[in-house]
Amino acid sequence: MRIYEIVSVSGRNDFFLCMHRLPPSLVLLNNLVFLVKAIVMHERVQEKLSILADAAKYDVSCASSGSDRKNTNKGLGNAHPGMGICHSYTPDGRCVSLLKILLTNHCIYDCAYCVSRKSNDIKRAAFTVQEVVDLTINFYRRNYIEGLFLSSGIFRDPDYTMERLVRIAKDLRTIHKFNGYIHLKAIPGASDELMQEAGMYADRLSVNLELPTEEGLKLLAPEKKRADMIQPMNYLKNEIIRLDDERKVLKKVPTFVPAGQSTQVIVGAGKETDKDIVHLAARFYHQFQLKRVYYSGYVPISNDARLPGLGHQVPMMRENRLYQADWLMRFYGFKAQELLDDANPHLDTEIDPKLSWALRNLHLFPVDINIADKMLIARVPGIGMNSVNKIIAARSFSALGWDQLQQMGVQLNRAKYFITCRKGPIEKKDFTSEQIRRQILNQSHSKYLKLHSPQLSLF
Amino acid sequence: MDIYLYDSSFEGFLTAVFESYTSRGVIRKENAFVPDMFATTIRVETDLEKADRVWAGLSKKLSANGLHQYFSTFLSEIENVEDQMLSYTRHVFENQSSVERDFGNNFVLFVAQTARKVHREKHRMEAFVRFQLTKDGIYFSLVSPDYNVLPLIIKHFKDRYADQRWMIYDKVRNYGIYYDLEKVETVWMEMDKQEGIWDEAEGDYQALWQTYYKGANIASRVNRKLLLQHMPKRYWKYLPELR
Repeated sequence: MRIYEIVSVSGRNDFFLCMHRLPPSLVLLNNLVFLVKAIVMHERVQEKLSILADAAKYDVSCASSGSDRKNTNKGLGNAHPGMGICHSYTPDGRCVSLLKILLTNHCIYDCAYCVSRKSNDIKRAAFTVQEVVDLTINFYRRNYIEGLFLSSGIFRDPDYTMERLVRIAKDLRTIHKFNGYIHLKAIPGASDELMQEAGMYADRLSVNLELPTEEGLKLLAPEKKRADMIQPMNYLKNEIIRLDDERKVLKKVPTFVPAGQSTQVIVGAGKETDKDIVHLAARFYHQFQLKRVYYSGYVPISNDARLPGLGHQVPMMRENRLYQADWLMRFYGFKAQELLDDANPHLDTEIDPKLSWALRNLHLFPVDINIADKMLIARVPGIGMNSVNKIIAARSFSALGWDQLQQMGVQLNRAKYFITCRKGPIEKKDFTSEQIRRQILNQSHSKYLKLHSPQLSLF
Repeated sequence: MDIYLYDSSFEGFLTAVFESYTSRGVIRKENAFVPDMFATTIRVETDLEKADRVWAGLSKKLSANGLHQYFSTFLSEIENVEDQMLSYTRHVFENQSSVERDFGNNFVLFVAQTARKVHREKHRMEAFVRFQLTKDGIYFSLVSPDYNVLPLIIKHFKDRYADQRWMIYDKVRNYGIYYDLEKVETVWMEMDKQEGIWDEAEGDYQALWQTYYKGANIASRVNRKLLLQHMPKRYWKYLPELR
């Protein structure tokens, strides 16, 4: 019985089998050694996990959606029908969907904004392939995670690093029949062959652009080049298109990065404007058919003179406005140029970008909810895409009034300045943009006002 | 007024819809019913044939999604949901064409919004179920969902954990679903002590998960309000990372 229990600690059945052949006294001794080994191993993995999860957390992507990998082999896991799940939330309110870790935080580069930079005096650690596989499988089986997000510091060279990341994905898929979500970092400078292989096993690949401008990159990460980052993106885009085309004529085409590729830019480390960032995102969405661009508010980690120092606030509000702008581009039909231009290089922090756009374009309003085009209704502040769909469906039965709009979830306190419906406008008066802005601000309780109140009370 | 009492099952409810359709009655659950001296009560025996006829009638008028919403609304178990559902059923049958997207109608909107609430709870269960491995190799999880969502999550867990035996047990409604590597069955059991039934590695993996949870947090971005919004406290008791 004892043997069985100890063996189950690590699940090493091979060991169990060979122990049966030993004389009883030796078995006992061996058990003890093995038990101690198991405890020591557990503690080592604990320490590694603590270091390498901490180092990976600045990567914000945690999407686990968009793949269609089905569990057809009666294996473990299912990334179909492509809906993401957040299994937990950390005290910072961010979603935990994937086991997000670095393979190692040893790195040959010295990027100023990165905790794992070579010159930083921190504890270093590295997982073995088996440890990552074991953690992923066991966390997944307990429904802690949707899958694995594996990144790494660059050790030795890009190919060597990428090869190890691919090995882990391959082991999970082939040996363990794992159909959960795998997101791998594509290491800039790694070979096309490795990218190709990574694409066979991963659901998503991403290359981080790190900084929105090339000047920023030159200043803070002089060893890295924008061209090296674009090269794998370009390769992946072309491969995805090529295989999609093949799929139209051939039956058996292997899956290749089914959830597409994404990227991340750090916000607030350099001197870039919101316009720089949003226009960059728009260009990359278009040029490389990215599924997502993530914006990561810079978290101060050093007193390097080139960067905002320790104690600086993380630009969370700015980050939030950028995501709102990003949503408007991806789902609401806005062009980057409409949201930000040379006259308005920064997003308004007081009000959201949709309201801000509407106030600059009052001449387009009011729109009649019962006849206006779908995408025009989507541009009304206070009406989200869910409400838009309800409105479009319901108005074919009967013309809609204010009560019905409210019940459907339209925020009338915002929308009322911009729409009319069956019963005419609520607001009969013509307001100027500034008046509308003040009225909306007066009745709303921005979560950010609260966020900044302790700071304000200091003065 | 006539009050039709049924046995709380979905089939029972459909039978009651069948029986009460032409009269002006209301439908109530048998076990939650408070006697009313001015009303006549009629006990409805669940009759699968009648239930099937109602369901078949609905199937002609509603899309697959509409049927799913109808069932989900029933599973919400909110007080007197039967009234709204009966009105909705009448509205569906009385119209020639499909009314399921007529969101200007109160009953249609009620069903759509209630189904959405139930769907949200279903999704939360898919997220917040935490399995613990028992000594006999079953991944076990306790849950206390707001709505009766176990019937809705079977497929998700069956597809996902095809190669492990698992059980999810609803502590509030005292029943569970169990997958034996082939099919999922409904089970009832006595809940007594839980000590000593877990696999020896179980504690280690919970500790590793707690370590990961701590490591993934960014202290300088702390936002408790957001945390609570996404993960209300009533779910915490079953989450090892928050224990």
